[in-house]
Amino acid sequence: MTSTTIIQHILTGISLGGAYALIAIGYTLVYGILLLINFAHSDIFMMAGYFMVFAMAVMPWPIAIPLVIAVTIFLGVVIEKAAYKPLRAAPRMSIMISSIGVSYLLQNLATYLFSALPKGYPTISPLKRVFQIGSVSASLVTFLTPVLTLILVFILMYLINHTKLGMAMRAVSKDYDTAKLMGIKINQIISVTFVIGSAMAAIGSILYFTDRMSVTPFSGTLPGLKCFVAAVLGGIGSVPGAVLGGFIIGISETFLTAMGYSTYSDAFTFLLLILILIFRPTGLIGETVTDKV
Amino acid sequence: MSLLEIENLSVHYGGIEALKNISFTVNAGEIVTLIGANGAGKSTTLKSISGLVSASGGTIKHNGEIISGLDTQQIVERGIVLVPEGRKVFSNLSVLENLKIGAYLRHDHAGVAADIERMYDLFPRLKERHWQMAGTLSGGEQQMLAVGRALMAKPQILMMDEPSLGLAPLIVRDIFSIIRKINEQGTTVLLIEQNANAALKVADRGYVLVTGEVMMSGAGHDLLTDKSVQDAYLGTSAH
Ligand SMILES: Nc1ncnc2c1ncn2[C@@H]1O[C@H](COP(=O)(O)OP(=O)(O)O)[C@@H](O)[C@H]1O
Ligand SMILES: [Mg+2]
Repeated sequence: MTSTTIIQHILTGISLGGAYALIAIGYTLVYGILLLINFAHSDIFMMAGYFMVFAMAVMPWPIAIPLVIAVTIFLGVVIEKAAYKPLRAAPRMSIMISSIGVSYLLQNLATYLFSALPKGYPTISPLKRVFQIGSVSASLVTFLTPVLTLILVFILMYLINHTKLGMAMRAVSKDYDTAKLMGIKINQIISVTFVIGSAMAAIGSILYFTDRMSVTPFSGTLPGLKCFVAAVLGGIGSVPGAVLGGFIIGISETFLTAMGYSTYSDAFTFLLLILILIFRPTGLIGETVTDKV
Repeated sequence: MSLLEIENLSVHYGGIEALKNISFTVNAGEIVTLIGANGAGKSTTLKSISGLVSASGGTIKHNGEIISGLDTQQIVERGIVLVPEGRKVFSNLSVLENLKIGAYLRHDHAGVAADIERMYDLFPRLKERHWQMAGTLSGGEQQMLAVGRALMAKPQILMMDEPSLGLAPLIVRDIFSIIRKINEQGTTVLLIEQNANAALKVADRGYVLVTGEVMMSGAGHDLLTDKSVQDAYLGTSAH
């Protein structure tokens, strides 16, 4: 590999990693509040892909993007209210199974409504514009993804650590009953969590699919699993952890593919998961598990 | 009309009847204590007033209005605030944030800031440690923080679930003198204790709870000198 191609691959890897990071944030936030691995998150991401396909068919991208984000948020919040909220007092396993059910429901719904044939993902032309820096060339989306990811993460960290809402989110993640005794409406805070997670998934979806050609009802599954691994790798429950995990997986996947091992790139992701679960179950920068009684 | 009236309250956990038709009242300005052995139903009583567990029978009235069935958040809005058993400070929030979150429903920023200073005057240890994560405080400091956090809500009725549990005798003395001080400043207190001796000394009135039923009630001083209460709850420590 020449230094130019290495830089090229690093760029691609960082960009893919940025999209993964945005999706991984949804897993980590919901886990932090509900102790739930939200299996439906990957399919919310997939549905956001379809929303974009249909929105762009009838409107220009500057209107389509905010609309797609809004509709995806709506979907995420409705799923929470319909499938998870009624199980608030049930054992954790029940709500996990419910999320697996929702995941299949969305995939089947998409197959039924849109067929299993790939739908071409629309081109957002400014994102596709190619830039040349020295001998390295890449489209705008490649440069934009990591920058946008870092800006969004910065805003999110500020929200969590320095606002009243964020303080309530941290309190709810610790102890529902005591949070209620402060006058906090638990359900409102949980909804906010799903709003943020779904918005990030919608933005991640636009960045991810713009680099790909098409969407199918199963497009969410593999990236979703990888982003879940990213969240665990960084330390589930931790936002910076999810971002770090997303970048590590995006970059390593890109390099394995570039070196001709693309067949093994998915296997590598899951090998990482196994290794981290064995040697550092709290993740790279996750807090040591505190007593949650 | 009493500030708080509990009438024939029953609570079930599945098949277990934790409270059997208990009735008691709390008048404005009083310190009332509920004493009883472990498992008597003391915490259940406070949790049902706060709306954390739902009653299977009976009513709870605040200012003559029925409040049983309201959400916990609505109970807090009415000025009925609980310091839960085991302190339950948010270990992942700083000391300052724990105080701020106690004022979650308040919107008077200046008033909240002034009250934080008031808490620091009341509990100087908290001021020194305001930036520390609450989980790193000692048990006594956490109890001070839990009380301070509850006071930040400006409660009309402060309910405390075994504030002396697991604390060193010196700290227990501090806690009880603070309870008296809070009461003198106009807050009505409903106090639950296994440490019957200390509780009856500060209380205007007390109720003795035995396996989910009120067995006896009276002025704090009368219960303190009652032979059967002494035998059952005060051991030799009263003599
Ligand atoms: N969440 C619960 N589920 C089932 N039983 C409970 C629960 N909480 C308390 N109990 C039972 O209810 C009774 C009263 O408990 P509690 O109110 O905690 O007593 P106290 O605070 O006086 O020690 C006990 O027998 C206890 O085992
Ligand atoms: Mg108790």
